[in-house]
Amino acid sequence: MKPTEITRRELLTAAGLYVMIPVEILLAQEPERLPARAGYPTDFNAYLRIGPDGRVTGYAGKVELGQGAMTALAQLLAEELDVPYERVTMVLGDTELCPWDMGTFGSLTVRQFGPVFRAAAAEARAALLEMASEKLGVPVQDLEVRDGIVRERRNPERAVSYGELVAGRRIERRVSHATVKAPGAFQILGTAPSRKDGLEKVTGRAIYAGDVRLPGLLRARILRPPAHGAVLRELDTSEAEKIPGVQIVRDGNFVAVLHPQWDLADQALKRIRAKFEFQEVPLDDSNIFEHLVKNAPPPHTVHQQGDLAVGEKLAQIRLEATYLNSYVAHAPLETHSATAVVQGGKVTVWAGTQTPFRLKTQIAETLKIPEQNVRVITPYVGGGFGGKSASQQALEAARLAQLTGRPVQVVWDRAEEFFYDTFRPAAVVKIRAGLDAEQRLVFWDFYVYCAGDREAQQFYDIPHQRTLASGGWGSNPPGLHPFVVGPWRAPSVNTNTFARESHIDALAAQAGIDPVEFRMRHLRDPRMRRVLEAAASKFGWKPMKLPSGRGVGVSCAMYLGTYTAMMAEIEIDRNSGEIRVQRVVLAQDQGLVVNPDGSRQQMEGGIMMGLGYALTEEVRFRGRMVLDRNFDTYRIPRFSWMPRIETVLIENPEAPASGCGEPPIVNVGAVVANAFYDATGVRLYQLPMTPERVKQALAKT
Amino acid sequence: MVRTIRLTINGRTHEIETDDQRALLWVLREDLNLTGTKFGCGMGLCGACTVIVDRQAVRSCTTPVSAAAGKHVLTIEGLATDGQLHPLQQAFLERHAFQCGFCTPGMIMNAYGLLLQSPNPTRQEILDAMEGNLCRCGSYHRIVDAIEEAAARLRGGKQQ
Repeated sequence: MKPTEITRRELLTAAGLYVMIPVEILLAQEPERLPARAGYPTDFNAYLRIGPDGRVTGYAGKVELGQGAMTALAQLLAEELDVPYERVTMVLGDTELCPWDMGTFGSLTVRQFGPVFRAAAAEARAALLEMASEKLGVPVQDLEVRDGIVRERRNPERAVSYGELVAGRRIERRVSHATVKAPGAFQILGTAPSRKDGLEKVTGRAIYAGDVRLPGLLRARILRPPAHGAVLRELDTSEAEKIPGVQIVRDGNFVAVLHPQWDLADQALKRIRAKFEFQEVPLDDSNIFEHLVKNAPPPHTVHQQGDLAVGEKLAQIRLEATYLNSYVAHAPLETHSATAVVQGGKVTVWAGTQTPFRLKTQIAETLKIPEQNVRVITPYVGGGFGGKSASQQALEAARLAQLTGRPVQVVWDRAEEFFYDTFRPAAVVKIRAGLDAEQRLVFWDFYVYCAGDREAQQFYDIPHQRTLASGGWGSNPPGLHPFVVGPWRAPSVNTNTFARESHIDALAAQAGIDPVEFRMRHLRDPRMRRVLEAAASKFGWKPMKLPSGRGVGVSCAMYLGTYTAMMAEIEIDRNSGEIRVQRVVLAQDQGLVVNPDGSRQQMEGGIMMGLGYALTEEVRFRGRMVLDRNFDTYRIPRFSWMPRIETVLIENPEAPASGCGEPPIVNVGAVVANAFYDATGVRLYQLPMTPERVKQALAKT
Repeated sequence: MVRTIRLTINGRTHEIETDDQRALLWVLREDLNLTGTKFGCGMGLCGACTVIVDRQAVRSCTTPVSAAAGKHVLTIEGLATDGQLHPLQQAFLERHAFQCGFCTPGMIMNAYGLLLQSPNPTRQEILDAMEGNLCRCGSYHRIVDAIEEAAARLRGGKQQ
């Protein structure tokens, strides 16, 4: 294969000093002023601009976290406009250039924003066709578009390009009847072109928020308390000030050390003598679950049907269990980073964030300046997983830029990343359920504390059931958690799926029925049945009674409109207590697949990341102190963990595109726990399934 | 100690007056604006800062710049030559062996170091050599495939 050529200009940029984005160029490309109202604009010019050379620039408030938004959105735009994918460039997450967006989370980019973006492109295409019709004197129905050129079907010589039609202006024409293409007409959707962010990422030219370089830029290191809620009582910065070039900024409890070099600012920070005062909170990772159950807010009823009392009377076998999971960190490889500059009352912030528009409002509030004087630019983001929905670092950079009058960069170190992370909440799920004389599920009583209610509701067919949820990853009563919690890839669903699918498996074991067969007997939804069949077929599932001793497991989930079934095979080292996942099969029906390779990347990545919360990841803490500070004690998946992974994408293009970034991860805890039971006859009730917990569980038998 | 350090980076010689105990990572990123080398953990635990010093892959966040004095440093920015991507870059690009891309320069440089020492590694040797490089997005399978493919291409190139 021919190696990709890099132009001379690109090489110069790669070796060059500054990566400033020239503001005048950005302004010249500006498609349209943002509307004041919060919601997607109706004018399609907000989403795209066609250059005189026929190049198309797409604008979206989404950001590129690695999930492939840039590529998928470029595909949608190219498809509906009928221009080559290679000719499309995407501008993402810039609050001045891009249409408003709520944020990049919840696997919403293709599922929810995708239709808006497609419709805009389809309307632009229809408008361009009308303009071409007038220019060429040919009725619209006799025209066709290929590669951005409109031609008369019978006389291809009569042609005009998009670039010529638009001539660098915005398109004033509006078309009310434009429709998007039917799946049968797709040429670019459903294919896997080269990722838009690829070349920059393999050459080191991809710019993240901490890579922005501005003349006079200062790096800030901020004094941090030893525990959440601690108050600064004593401060001595005299030793720090001895480092040449150091500047100290203090604003109440907020103390920062600034220096042109990050490491020298860090050295100075370490020389600061500070005393903090804080209250001891008698909580740690062992007593937290009791505390949560005792102090969680009153539950709300998520779902209720039939009559639990009636169901319980019908039950011949009853099974009750409590499932636990610890706090889990996001731990993106890029720590929270931001660069801010204040110029003429206007502040520009480059931030690694999942929520640039919300951040814009927060910066305006923090600096007490009007929102229109704030611009947030989101360069590439080095992983988010929900953790960069919170952007404290960007507020810190903006504040310091305002206080010093200099451009300021904040790049958190790994300890700060763990300390300020908005962890996935520790949670407790209590389930009571029963089988009737025919081994059918007759009642199901599910109560989730602190994880949240997403996908808490049962999807297996059970006549008498109730689902209660108390607390969640959003707002919580003060003191419930010792630190901030927040959304973590598939918020609440990892917890609820672990509990539900573990318990379903335990009931299958009680019934003496193969766990796949047992699920099938209680599934009506044809899409769920189909993914389970697809997974079983790929895996080569052989019906068995639990435990079979083989170490294979199954788990199903439905989330964001996507159906998933996962199967896994594991090995257990009974001496060390270590679980090794050998093989994982994931079948997924996500409706229309915009980019099959992009979906498979999410599936493979979701499985790998999921192994972390299944096997090792839990935040250790004492009171409001976070004890994990780096990857030595907080262990995330690495190369040696790699199972064999097989992914199956169900063809279902007539169903709307549903979420893909989050659903692949939700089954991992349960599938490993179920495989463990199959291997040993022992059930694990707590995530992560660490060697210590494995050994303890095995010792009990 | 502040002194003048001479080192060659991506084929160009630099003289830098600085505290010689500073980490090579920060001299690259802050003094020379070579931002392709990433800060991930600061303790040599994640591999995002990996560069080559005299044919060895090192963690630049725990390597004092004095240790690179008089030596040849290769960073991700210096890997493509004559306008062409290195086979490792090409294979990572074609196989989409990255997602967020933050670990990618370190992955590629660590693999480059491996292939310098062992041009024909087994899959297990690749796994062992890459064990200290973390990818939170979970692109591990694709990365191993890309390294295998690049190794094959490099061997093929030498035979011609």
